[in-house]
Amino acid sequence: MRRLLFLIPAAAFALVIAAFAFGLGRDPSILPSTLIDKPLPAFDLPPLRPDAAGLKTADLTGEPRLLNVFASWCVACRVEHPVLLRIKAEGVPIDGLDWKDEPADGLRYLVDQGDPYRLTGNDRAGRAGIDLGVAAVPETFLIDRHGRVRYKQVGPITPDAWDRVIRPLMDRLKAER
Amino acid sequence: MSAPVLKRAAALLLAILALAGPAGAVLPGEQLKDPRLEARARAIGARLRCLVCQNQSIDDSDAPLAGDLRVILRERLTAGDTDRQATDYIVARYGHFVLLDPPFEGQTLLLWLGPALFLLVGGVWAARLARARDPGGEPPPPLTAEEREALSRRLGGAGAP
Repeated sequence: MRRLLFLIPAAAFALVIAAFAFGLGRDPSILPSTLIDKPLPAFDLPPLRPDAAGLKTADLTGEPRLLNVFASWCVACRVEHPVLLRIKAEGVPIDGLDWKDEPADGLRYLVDQGDPYRLTGNDRAGRAGIDLGVAAVPETFLIDRHGRVRYKQVGPITPDAWDRVIRPLMDRLKAER
Repeated sequence: MSAPVLKRAAALLLAILALAGPAGAVLPGEQLKDPRLEARARAIGARLRCLVCQNQSIDDSDAPLAGDLRVILRERLTAGDTDRQATDYIVARYGHFVLLDPPFEGQTLLLWLGPALFLLVGGVWAARLARARDPGGEPPPPLTAEEREALSRRLGGAGAP
């Protein structure tokens, strides 16, 4: 037994290395949402297009959907945009929340880049985004048919994140009642 | 000067010094007129993490979101929230991560108790090591005359006169 004691430092070293390896794979800037499994906070936002409807909490129930928080000043949103258009083409409803943005800028962004959203609300003061716990755009919430947040994507939805994580979750939510 | 006057002057000086603390990134337009409320907002804001920079407090950060949170914090305090309620309002949105002082709870147990734990384990180890090196007790008494004789006999008379 005593002869094996020399292994203790080696085992401790292996433990530390394992902890570091685990830590390397995690992005500390990605925060877990406090809203998971909770209903969306109340908001009622004006539209970007004068003739369209805005976006309010009550609109976000009935069927599973995505709520995408974006802004015209956000570079990563432009990277994400083609993926959103593809998701829309697949028939998945996406609603847009234009965060801390001038309505005219947000509208021009959608005219230039294409409009993947069913409903769009302008959150000029940013309070609805803060109630949602948005720290930076883009962020996307996966919402179930009862209007509860079930998942949050921090940063752009990459094609990989859509295919491997979000769409499977979406399919599972669709099967729920 | 009488004692009460001195005391009052000292209190005033203290209040002025307290207000002269570093304002960080808190903009003049954000500050509250009531100095007591503003002091409370500063005390809370210095302990809230800016979500954009992540290693600065919201009082130190120029990020627009930090400014929004400073304004929300002041709105809550003006509306009559306690320090705890105002802090919880922001924690409810962004989680415990916004607290620069992590709370003492299940998830942070190792964080808070870790140093004491390491000290304990290291102390026990060091104590055992020290005991193993030192046999302890009194040095043995010197040999008696008979013992010395018996010893030299066994050693084959070597050393005996």
